Amino acid sequence: MTMTQTLPGTSTQAEVQQKGRIRGVLGMLWRDKFALAATIFLLVVIFCAVCGPMLMGDAALSQNLRGRNAPPFSIANGWFYVLGSDSLGRPLLPRVVVAAQNTMLIAAGAVLCSSIIGALLGLVAGYASSRVGNVILRLADVIMSFPSLLLAVVVLYILAPSVGNLVIVLAITRIPVYLRTTRAEVMEIRQRMFVEAAEVMGASPARIVFRHILPMVIPTLVTIATLDFAFVMLAESSLSFLGIGIQPPQITWGLMVSQGRQYLATAWWLAFWPGLAIILTTMSLNLLSNWMRIALDPTQRWRLEIGGKSNG
Amino acid sequence: MAEHLLEVRNLSVQFHTAGGTVKAVSNISWYLDRGETLAILGESGSGKSVSASAIMNLIDMPPGEITNGQILFEGRDLLTMPIGKRRMINGKRIAMIFQDPLGHLNPVYTVGWQLVETMLVHGAGRDEAERRALELLKRVGLPSPEASMKKYPHQFSGGQRQRVMIAMALAMKPDIVIADEPTTALDVTVQAEVLSLLDELQKETGMGLLLITHDLGVVAEVADRVVVMNGGEIVETGTPSEVYHNPQHPYTKKLISAAPGRGAMHEPQGRGEALLRVSGMEKAYGAFKALDGVSFDLQPGETMAVVGESGSGKSTLARCLLRLEEADSGQALWKGRDLLSMSRKELFGLRRQIQMVFQDPTQSLNPRMSVYELISEAWVIHPEILPKARWRERVDELLAQVGLLPEHARRYPHQFSGGQRQRIAIARALALEPQLIICDEAVSALDVSIQAQVIALLDKLRRELKIAFIFIAHDLPVVRDFADHVMVMKSGKVVERGTARQIFESPRQDYTRRLLAAGLDPDPEVQQRRRLEREAIIA
Repeated sequence: MTMTQTLPGTSTQAEVQQKGRIRGVLGMLWRDKFALAATIFLLVVIFCAVCGPMLMGDAALSQNLRGRNAPPFSIANGWFYVLGSDSLGRPLLPRVVVAAQNTMLIAAGAVLCSSIIGALLGLVAGYASSRVGNVILRLADVIMSFPSLLLAVVVLYILAPSVGNLVIVLAITRIPVYLRTTRAEVMEIRQRMFVEAAEVMGASPARIVFRHILPMVIPTLVTIATLDFAFVMLAESSLSFLGIGIQPPQITWGLMVSQGRQYLATAWWLAFWPGLAIILTTMSLNLLSNWMRIALDPTQRWRLEIGGKSNG
Repeated sequence: MAEHLLEVRNLSVQFHTAGGTVKAVSNISWYLDRGETLAILGESGSGKSVSASAIMNLIDMPPGEITNGQILFEGRDLLTMPIGKRRMINGKRIAMIFQDPLGHLNPVYTVGWQLVETMLVHGAGRDEAERRALELLKRVGLPSPEASMKKYPHQFSGGQRQRVMIAMALAMKPDIVIADEPTTALDVTVQAEVLSLLDELQKETGMGLLLITHDLGVVAEVADRVVVMNGGEIVETGTPSEVYHNPQHPYTKKLISAAPGRGAMHEPQGRGEALLRVSGMEKAYGAFKALDGVSFDLQPGETMAVVGESGSGKSTLARCLLRLEEADSGQALWKGRDLLSMSRKELFGLRRQIQMVFQDPTQSLNPRMSVYELISEAWVIHPEILPKARWRERVDELLAQVGLLPEHARRYPHQFSGGQRQRIAIARALALEPQLIICDEAVSALDVSIQAQVIALLDKLRRELKIAFIFIAHDLPVVRDFADHVMVMKSGKVVERGTARQIFESPRQDYTRRLLAAGLDPDPEVQQRRRLEREAIIA
């Protein structure tokens, strides 16, 4: 058999390869315009989360009782008021920006913790002996059968409500989702022939799990994690609504939405802007994860490399 | 010009893919008359199924596009016919049988219900339909047709399911039956039965039979005329005997010379110290005995073929030897140490000495690893074989050894063809420098000409590297040129064991003889003789 095609020659130096790889990834991102927009938006959110409280922390808390519930799109009171103001006359734009920090800390923290712990337990449950697997699954059942809100209330009454404790509570309630998904996928993938081939070569269980099985599970987990991001943000707001979550004057997007709910008929912007921030963040994460799923899969990558309309 | 029952004229079909436009078939013409069997012969990607799909309106458009041509059924062009009229022809006048019957039968309805339903859809009365369904099941040779009517598809064996499919195709007394690789998924003995059933039914009903296949033996067995396709074009037409004995086109010549079972047989050397000595190996799944007292021994550098039909336990044997499954009892002495009772730790050291090449290279190679990663994984696991600095060099060497190029190392498995992927799998096995390679149906998923290349490669490796092989196959001709010894298995037991010459020239057991007689020879004259032999054995 003769091969006629050859790949374009590349230099063997590792450094050049590294540079080429980064350029390749950026090229693939450039070709998927949705993912590009999502990335830019997420970078802005991250910037707000890191620098927001520093830049606008004071403005977000300054009350202006004469400008209560000021409507948006008017800069008569200064450009901080371009998105309107809340029932205490605090400008919404700085508040949304400042709230990004707590929201991101809680959501990202909870999602990361629950997905990592859930995935690890799921890998063990799927690959280890059935007895170990059963113990882990029953644990997940216990968490799932216990109302998550009740669990949160109990834990947060005992511990002081703080960002760290919120993350722990939310993470625990979301672990079963990742655990069960991972386990189901592992059970399927471990039957595949390339896993057997690795076993025949003498690969250790750790190597099989992390080198052969985990990379096949990650795309699914990332997709679930991005959807969970929104769920966690809203769950956090309901905890805050009950008074056991974030304590004012600290703010999060979820808290702002629930506070604005009673004014929906008279001042819709109170709940709208933070709601929009939640939607856009989730959507951006979702678009980016979609792009990542394709970019990480060698059999799908060509869709991004050739560009055009064929991705998706 | 005389009118043919079905005629394809200058048909061209394209597929628009992201990688550009692909011509599936260009400008092909053939015809089929009443009472005739036409075989379309070609390897995968030759476009042999495309014209049949066009006839049945099964091409997805887009991405497919019929750019040119006519398909005339009794003189009327199917391609310009309104869709409603076409539906009346498809299924009723032209029926189709697929390769995988399980995928085309609905698992939640009984076979009888599905048969009756087909006829009801095309306007038969219920009593009439039920009577005829029973008749058909009887005709296609299912045991106790009354009981079969009430069974579900999964309760039948592969061959029986194919018979059910044939019954469904015949339900409306079609003028044409299109059979797309109807026997590829079946065992040799079952294949022979299904083919002769098709042959009989065709003679009885006078229908036209269009048979799409990659197997010269199938052509020799049933076809009146054959159309050979390659790269979307017809390269040759004629009777099977003309095409076989006097091929005109270089591709046909290549295809015929690639047919297995032509060359000289191996003469094994004298017996020495055994590399592997298996005795009394048993394995049961519940009440089903997959292995029932299997014993054999294997010399260093020897090739032993294990042949048997599906369910004979040959794959279980391989899996037990590699400890992918635990045998219930027995011994397998590898250089004097028992593989079956070895601890995991001891086994690890032996892993590199015994390697396996799997049936389907698409599944046995991790799709997310590049060829370099796949091959060098062996040295990550067993770092004592090779220092890291030499990995790159050795991967290039191994790729060259299996007939690939060094630049292939950076690619991923999906960028290769089936035969190339199997070469990668072989290179991966070689990376561990094994003394025994177990090939589990390693070539049965490949096209005939690729099969020949892979076997030639294995043969070369055996001579150069003195590796012993256990070569599992369901097809006898494939192992004829390659094996020193052949072991025939049936229901977990060894039926017969001997040198290749013994087995092929003077088989002692009836079962072996039946297997040999059921194999299809690409030479129509030889096949004719063999068919008579087979009928004699059955009678």
